[in-house]
Amino acid sequence: MIDRARRRTTAPLDEGCPNSRRRRSLLKGFAGALAAGTPASAVIATIGRARPQVVVLGGGAGGATVARQLAREADGRLDVTLIEPKQRYTSCFYSNLYLGGYRDWSSITHAYDDIARDAPLERIPRRALAVEPDRRRVILEAGVSLHYDRLVVAPGIDILHEGIPGYAARHEHRAPHAWRGGEQLRTFKRQLERLRDGSTVVIVAPPDPSRCPPGPYERASLIARLFQRRRHRRSRVVILDTKSSFAKQSLFMAAWERYYPGAIEWYPPEVHGGILRLDVKRGEVYTDLDVFRGELLNPIPPQSAAAIAFASGLADESGFCPVEAGNMRSSKARDVYVLGDAAIAGDMPKSAFAANSQARVVAQAIRHDLLDDAIPDAVYANTCWSLLADDDAVKVGARYGPRAGTIRTIESFLSKPGEPAAVRRATYRQSVDWYTSITREMFGPPA
Amino acid sequence: MVARAGRRAIGAVNPRARVRLPDQVRRGETFVVRTLISHRMESGLHRDASGERIPRDIVTRFVCRFEGDTVFAVDLDTAIAANPYFEFHMRATRSGRLAFEWTETTGRVTRLERWLEVGA
Repeated sequence: MIDRARRRTTAPLDEGCPNSRRRRSLLKGFAGALAAGTPASAVIATIGRARPQVVVLGGGAGGATVARQLAREADGRLDVTLIEPKQRYTSCFYSNLYLGGYRDWSSITHAYDDIARDAPLERIPRRALAVEPDRRRVILEAGVSLHYDRLVVAPGIDILHEGIPGYAARHEHRAPHAWRGGEQLRTFKRQLERLRDGSTVVIVAPPDPSRCPPGPYERASLIARLFQRRRHRRSRVVILDTKSSFAKQSLFMAAWERYYPGAIEWYPPEVHGGILRLDVKRGEVYTDLDVFRGELLNPIPPQSAAAIAFASGLADESGFCPVEAGNMRSSKARDVYVLGDAAIAGDMPKSAFAANSQARVVAQAIRHDLLDDAIPDAVYANTCWSLLADDDAVKVGARYGPRAGTIRTIESFLSKPGEPAAVRRATYRQSVDWYTSITREMFGPPA
Repeated sequence: MVARAGRRAIGAVNPRARVRLPDQVRRGETFVVRTLISHRMESGLHRDASGERIPRDIVTRFVCRFEGDTVFAVDLDTAIAANPYFEFHMRATRSGRLAFEWTETTGRVTRLERWLEVGA
């Protein structure tokens, strides 16, 4: 794979010259065919074909879906490349279930090894540094650059540590935010399991817009459940919120009263008066009202689109990337699509489900753009499940469509308070099935 | 208080009280006092997993006194949400001791005191 990436670097970048493109396709055709042991006749068939190049930045719920979908649906008419430096992906979605002991590490970790097995795409395991939309190329680390005809930018979020005074990246080991999947989850889980009865975990919940809006509250629920399972009687979770209300609030609060009475305290800014600073070493959060102490701090800072969106001029002053409502095309750069958590998607929350849904719309739009395929009007969807306790899950979701220049809710649904246990159990099963299906869509079926 | 198993005991063991006053106020100036107590406020209307009624366990009265004189008092009942937060305004013409007191159905009383510094 690295070899192929290198070959691309040395290939001329002048996309104005059809010959150079044809030559590259030819080289790629040979390389691919020889590697796969394809008969020579198949190689000859690719000669003279200049397939449009689609490059996807980021192998998360949005990027991996769009890359695989395009590769499979374009039927060999597109050249799809996925840029993703990591070898493995540990999903941020479902990570609360890992923390709460419902899932093990391996069940939320997925290797990229098989991503191209049933989808003809190339994965380049390098970091992308910037996009040059005027020249239609992506700069990768080590001076590699890559031409594209259409680019999909799905880089996810960056954590703005400075949004919580006193918190910095160097504190992540002691006070992990654990809001981007990966290793920090393991650190956080180890810390949770070390806590003795009578401990307090203080969660600082982020302002909107943020990834997985109900996430901090599901996390609080499942930490309380973990305490219960470990026979803690006095341990608590304190949520210091930067918002006055939160997603599925009434459902969460009813569950807290029912399952974890007194074990979860939620304080909005109207009560704590504002979060002033964090003292990670002492385990203290200073608010205007008072100091809140915890044996463990889980500060979840404000977020923005990942750095590459800024380096490439795709983000606006909101910190995220404006897009066209009908197809997620960047409002800032031609031939570029932005999707997932990095995009400003109107009424849609930042969730894996939303990114996956946007990816389908983008895949269609690109096929229409480059291949003239007929496509239906854009319809987006989202569902966010939250687990409240064993076999008790709730959901919120909607269908969305482009309206007056932005993505608006068409119809929505929300679990009701006091639903029968069977309904909640079915909701939980549905969420488990969804996890299986989205990760298959992202990484391919298991070997 | 002895902690019991299950949902009854959680949070009932260690209610915590917090008070916020201005560092200094001027004589006669109106200022805000903010108070919070962490308390589950169990209404007594719930039943536990075995169908048994969970006993009522709430804060029933909150009082703030300045040098012994009541400046703010409230009686709380079952409909009050967990973690009661009160914010009220007061004036003082001299420095003195502010005493805060939360009384629970269990008979337990949580007390906090703060010195109020009144400048010219």
